[in-house]
Amino acid sequence: MANIGRLGLGVGLGLAMASAASTNVAAQDWQPQKPVEFVIMAGAGGGADQLARLIQNIIQKNDFANVPFIPINKGGGSGAEGLRYLESKSGDCHTIMATLNSFFATPLRQADLGVDPRTFTPIAQLALDPFIIWVQADSDVETLDDWVAEVKEAGSDYVVGGTGTGQEDSLVFTMLRTRLDLPEFTYVPFDGGGDVAKNLIGGHINASVNNPAEQLGFYEAGMSKPIMAIASERLPAYPDTPSAADEGIEDLEYFQFRFVVGPPEMPAECQQFYIDTFRKVHESEEWKKYTQEQALDRVFMAGDELGQFIDKQYDVHAEMLTAMGEKVTKAD
Amino acid sequence: MRRAEIITAAILAIFSVLLMIKSAEVPIGWNSARGGPSAGTFPFWLSGGMLLSSIWIFVRGLRGVTPQSRSSEPYMDPLTLKLFALTAGSLFLMILAIHFVGMYVSIPLFFIFYMRFMGRHSWITTAIITISVPIFLFLFFEIALKITLPKGITEPLFYPLYALFY
Amino acid sequence: MEILASLLDGFSVSLQPLALTMIVLGCAGGLVIGALPGLGSVNGVAILLPVTFLVPPNEAMMFLAAIYYGAMYGGSISSIMLGIPGASTAVATTFDGRPLAQKGQADKALVAAGIGSFVGGSVSIVLFTLFAPPLALFALKFGPAESFALMALAFATFVGLGGDDIPKTIFSICIGLVFSAVGLDHVSGMPRLIFFDMSGFYAGIGFLVLAIGIYGIGEILWTIETSKGKVEMSQATITASRIFENIKRLRHSTGVMMMGSVMGYFVGMLPAAGATPASLMAYGFAKSMSRDPDKFGKGEVTGVVAPETANNAASTGALLPMMTLGIPGSPTTAILLGGMIIWGLQPGPMLFIQERDFVWGLISSLYTANLVTAVLMISCIPLFVWVLKMPFTILAPIIFMLCVVGGFAPTNVMHDVWLMFLFGVGAYLLRKLDYPMAPAVLAIVLGPLAEKTFRQAMITSQGDWTTFFTRPLSAIFMACAVLLIVFPLVQNWQRKRRAEANAAAE
Repeated sequence: MANIGRLGLGVGLGLAMASAASTNVAAQDWQPQKPVEFVIMAGAGGGADQLARLIQNIIQKNDFANVPFIPINKGGGSGAEGLRYLESKSGDCHTIMATLNSFFATPLRQADLGVDPRTFTPIAQLALDPFIIWVQADSDVETLDDWVAEVKEAGSDYVVGGTGTGQEDSLVFTMLRTRLDLPEFTYVPFDGGGDVAKNLIGGHINASVNNPAEQLGFYEAGMSKPIMAIASERLPAYPDTPSAADEGIEDLEYFQFRFVVGPPEMPAECQQFYIDTFRKVHESEEWKKYTQEQALDRVFMAGDELGQFIDKQYDVHAEMLTAMGEKVTKAD
Repeated sequence: MRRAEIITAAILAIFSVLLMIKSAEVPIGWNSARGGPSAGTFPFWLSGGMLLSSIWIFVRGLRGVTPQSRSSEPYMDPLTLKLFALTAGSLFLMILAIHFVGMYVSIPLFFIFYMRFMGRHSWITTAIITISVPIFLFLFFEIALKITLPKGITEPLFYPLYALFY
Repeated sequence: MEILASLLDGFSVSLQPLALTMIVLGCAGGLVIGALPGLGSVNGVAILLPVTFLVPPNEAMMFLAAIYYGAMYGGSISSIMLGIPGASTAVATTFDGRPLAQKGQADKALVAAGIGSFVGGSVSIVLFTLFAPPLALFALKFGPAESFALMALAFATFVGLGGDDIPKTIFSICIGLVFSAVGLDHVSGMPRLIFFDMSGFYAGIGFLVLAIGIYGIGEILWTIETSKGKVEMSQATITASRIFENIKRLRHSTGVMMMGSVMGYFVGMLPAAGATPASLMAYGFAKSMSRDPDKFGKGEVTGVVAPETANNAASTGALLPMMTLGIPGSPTTAILLGGMIIWGLQPGPMLFIQERDFVWGLISSLYTANLVTAVLMISCIPLFVWVLKMPFTILAPIIFMLCVVGGFAPTNVMHDVWLMFLFGVGAYLLRKLDYPMAPAVLAIVLGPLAEKTFRQAMITSQGDWTTFFTRPLSAIFMACAVLLIVFPLVQNWQRKRRAEANAAAE
């Protein structure tokens, strides 16, 4: 009931201070005046969602911001929903978005979306999530050579699974196919990494390229085994799993980027506030512990540097998708 | 009733055709080598199902098979039409107003209209409920559940409230 | 015996004062959130996840699980009282719960829902306690083909739910399925049916938008017409003895409760299925097993008991793959899973070995949460009944407000509120002409699951549709589905023939 008393006071103050509030703020560093909408460009429960909620919790627990960050899932259409929503918030200071590689792939594949990701305001990149080739633990495949031999023998009867079509997992499989000269195997799109992992363990697909976090539980229980990391160096958490470079494949490297952007034309002072907030997240103990446990590469890249990175990745993804035979339309 | 039954079936048939055209913007074939149905296959043929069933309804309506198509009662009597128009109309205006003045203004206005002018409740009952509704919305949704509701131009009024609660 | 000892250890954790407080708070919070249309356990758990950082992980998880439980009970409250299913899991509860409330027997329906939920929850927790790890391995056997076969079975169970008018029922199913296809095609990644290029359609049309539109706005418009804006929603009276009377009368439904619990538990634990198909299947079975199925849909208590038992059992079932395999069976369990990972608990086959205290503490807390919620719900029945006695002109705007806020809250876009309004008005206009609405609502829930699993299975088998009949589990489900469709038709035909024979004899 005490809340109601506070509310009465609040309403009174609200009316009195309504005009004063907006003028006061410009003098000091910018701070959000209302809860920040923290859009997640993926559905509830997936890897991107877990990460975004963890970040939100770190911010709230350590009081890194004066208002709560409120997570909202907008993963519809491989993130098309989130992209369109953020674009409609152009210039807004109270909306940011946690995103991943579909930030590049989705607008490239869907010209009618009318979104150019390069116009979004770069805030911070927090982690790189590697990919590993996984097979069932009782499979005869032990090394990359075994795997290649098995795929070549089975041809289109070899069934692999991943998240969505034209998204990260299918890109990785296409890269593997071209680099290792594999035949056309069958790719089945699933809803999310957890779904893929389960179908691998249940024997409904033969291989997957899950992120380490998605397979961790099964790997620890000895139900799945890693064959090769899609990276040029071994992953610290998987010291026994060879990297692509170890297998003699140069420049085969691909990561899931975990980063945060703002809507187009976000004012510089707001951008700075969010950069500072996420720098604190990057340095927090919780984040260090989590990234280590889940085999994520903890990095930090912000502002203009991230902007250039986004420009470059946009082109890289356009090339990769074209190589896959996808129809790609780049914004001008 | 009879006329309404037949006209509705005709409108639904047209709607089904539009859906079929819209579905056909993506491939609608069946490619057995690549796993059967394409993106548009199910929407297209299911819209086709809608079309067939609405034609069936239309024919049954003409032949007078259904009870509705034999009924001579009006589809909406004048009193129903008035109540429907007032309720749906005020709801429409309320939702429209949310875009401009936000929920915290449009919902209380809707309550005043509905309780005072449709329900003929006393001004006191109306006032009590109209005032407590936005307070409940704010405390329950915004503070307890952290769901921000749209506020339109009234947004700056809430900044101090947020400052107070967070 | 080892299990019993573990469970007792668990209770020594979950009956600590802090844990118990968190459980009671969670149950009450969940009950309220679940009772509001539009908000379900997903919202409750997602929103309150950060709160749990104030308490240790064990208690935090018990709190979230209690919310999850409470919301499952709460969903039936809005289904019965307002006729609006608060979540897709409570759709089947409206079929008979709403007619009962309209007959002035809301208390009967609420008691049935409360007791049904309690039994479903209890039976499933016992099953969970006894057989968690082996059953998890069974759940892994479910690939796309098996999942599709299960969806086919769910569709088959509601063949009988439509009205008497066959073309109108077909129309309703088709339009529901077409609406469920709106948005980006999951398999090819192509956008489909994006009307007027509005970005809101990329996310598809949510079940809640359609359900709140039809059952919230549509239903109120309908009530205004039938009552001419004068009558109270319901005239139930309530006394403690009536509640006990109602509880006693439920012993006739024991068989249905057992069927619902076991079925709900097994369907719920399968990833991708969850509580909605479980509750529908339980309703369908209860109806086809009943001695007079014609009573269903007009206010039959068994029709409330069956889906409520099943959806609570299923929500326990959904915890199983989450804890033992790290695979969420529903969006809510997905968020619970995220929470566990944030606290540094790695769900998966090793959890039962490495985190015994946590696992058994949580399992034992489910027993407590189930009991607490059932008691809370039944003791609040007089309050609910009192709310229903409010004059219609006060209740109607409150329901409209809850619809608008409930349509907005899950996605934070006005687009959904407008769609909901259109569906509501459209549903009202069609309902006047006797178009059945339930098939459309069910189709929009099951449609996406069915299409996706069908196409995944077809891709896996490279276009060979016999895959659904050659895989043993899938073949069994398919056979059951065919039986369920054929059985009522044969029954109907026999009845007609007998009637003709009687007519001829006279």
